[in-house]
Amino acid sequence: MTVFSFHINGDRVEVAAPDHWTLLEVLRYRLGLTGTKQGCDKGDCGACTVLVDGRPWLACLTLAKSVEGREITTIEGLMPAHRKSGGAGADPLQDAFDRCGALQCGFCQPGMILSARALLARNPRPTRVEIRHALSGNLCRCTGYTQIFEAVESAVAQACGTTTAARAWEAQRERACEREDTP
Amino acid sequence: MLRLPKFELRSPRTLSEAIQLLEEAGPAAMVIAGGTDLVPNMKHELATPELLVSLAHIEELRGVRREPEGALAIGAMTSLAEVAASELVQRFAPALAQACSLVAGPQLRAMGTLGGNVLLDTRCQWFNQSYFWRQALGFCMKKDGSVCHVVQGGKNCVAAASNDTAPALMTLGARLELEGPEGSRTTAIDDFWVADGIVNKKLGASEILTRIVVPPTPRGHRGAYGKLRDRGSIDFPLLGVAVRLDVDETERVAHADVVVTALAAQPKRVAKVGDTLRGQTLGSPEFESAVLAVAELARKQCRPLPNIPGDADYRREMVPVYVKRTLFAAARGDGPVHHV
Ligand SMILES: Cc1cc2nc3c(=O)[nH]c(=O)nc-3n(C[C@H](O)[C@H](O)[C@H](O)COP(=O)(O)OP(=O)(O)OC[C@H]3O[C@@H](n4cnc5c(N)ncnc54)[C@H](O)[C@@H]3O)c2cc1C
Ligand code: SF4
Ligand code: FES
Ligand code: FES
Repeated sequence: MTVFSFHINGDRVEVAAPDHWTLLEVLRYRLGLTGTKQGCDKGDCGACTVLVDGRPWLACLTLAKSVEGREITTIEGLMPAHRKSGGAGADPLQDAFDRCGALQCGFCQPGMILSARALLARNPRPTRVEIRHALSGNLCRCTGYTQIFEAVESAVAQACGTTTAARAWEAQRERACEREDTP
Repeated sequence: MLRLPKFELRSPRTLSEAIQLLEEAGPAAMVIAGGTDLVPNMKHELATPELLVSLAHIEELRGVRREPEGALAIGAMTSLAEVAASELVQRFAPALAQACSLVAGPQLRAMGTLGGNVLLDTRCQWFNQSYFWRQALGFCMKKDGSVCHVVQGGKNCVAAASNDTAPALMTLGARLELEGPEGSRTTAIDDFWVADGIVNKKLGASEILTRIVVPPTPRGHRGAYGKLRDRGSIDFPLLGVAVRLDVDETERVAHADVVVTALAAQPKRVAKVGDTLRGQTLGSPEFESAVLAVAELARKQCRPLPNIPGDADYRREMVPVYVKRTLFAAARGDGPVHHV
């Protein structure tokens, strides 16, 4: 058992854990930060994604001791960081995921949102292809991804003061209405 | 939930300290770089070191540099994401940049290193499983058992070399620089492999891979990487094809090479590629026929085994398809060849 010192969500915390514990185990079972999900536990799914120095990182494959002193952000840290920088409510990406119905069971969301947050930090106006690429290490078994990509686009549009193109299901609904209108 | 077996973790600041730690602990110690191969393997009890020596804090092992004579020297601890994004690598060794960009997903490319990729353990669907799963099967020769489930009655393990960068580095004639208790040595990457899936590389005891050196490529160098996998976003290769075409000022092929991986324990260089393509002018009908001839050579010479997921017959049929597409991509100065 060693005492490690971490920077998590802007706070400095001291944790006692053995060398063979992963960052995911320390977050969930020592610090109670259960927003970071334990999925496959072997690098396949991205549910355990956190940000280490701003980059998406898999907590299930990271030895806790190896990230001592580095800046770690979990899903719990997004709203406080947003408010600290003068914003109100939740992080705009969290809002956009909510608004766009970008979730069903929600298990993939913390990882998705953090991968998207890192993308917007380095590229505030990503294309659909860039969004798909940035989220390609996060698996979702429920949504089929479309609404997730739309949520990221919606957050981008909001930040730029523009509007997004009609969402896939809205266009479909319009086409259906048009068909009904034709005699 | 997959727990790691117990071990001690040390993070030395210098190379000599790391080698000393490894030497003192002997076979009970292992090196950890990004941990993206080793940690899952340890969770499956495929490796159970008592001491892990992390190279993460050894600054001299990072970065991409162009040497005065034009060679690219890449520190073993440089992340795959960094190599893929490096303008130097994209310009002088495009097949390597493309191969790095297609390893796993974004998180793993940020964590995983080029050195760790070169030293990736071989893979097999009967091996990369949990202890419980392997025990239920009676284990296999590579770990804890004595039989092979791929080749019935086989005497050798044929687990697949699955590192995407190895074939690219082979077409580039890369050299590996290693440092160990006996000092440093350099080896051509071609001579680093052995045809044994249990351990397919000649890494000495307590040795550390320090740099990967890509010799200068000529002005007319073209390279590309093609990768077949199930999910384009994350999976290991079902087939990996690296190609090289060096052309003269008139766009005539002066040198050509094709290396295929994810077949058996080591990457395979397709024979007679140079003889078939040399002298052909890119874009000419003769060049196109020569590419088709090379694809056929590859189909004859490469026999994927049922060692990794993906039907072996399908993977074999895809060999000429990927060789052809990747050669055409290199000729166009394009690539990678990938389905998404
Ligand atoms: C879901 C998933 C998908 C993946 N997909 C791919 C893929 O498509 N293609 C692919 O090629 N790989 C893939 N990988 C494997 C892995 O992420 C990469 O190969 C990565 O480059 C390994 O590097 P690392 O630094 O993490 O190595 P580690 O895991 O740290 O090390 C790997 C091995 O090399 C040894 N080692 C590492 N560095 C040194 C050194 N400098 N000197 C001496 N020994 C050393 C270690 O002891 C260990 O045995 C995948 C992994 C996962 C979990
Ligand atoms: S090839 Fe055979 S011996 Fe080797 S890992 Fe697979 S089943 Fe085991
Ligand atoms: S839990 Fe870490 S990648 Fe699945
Ligand atoms: S919403 Fe269920 S996994 Fe994505």
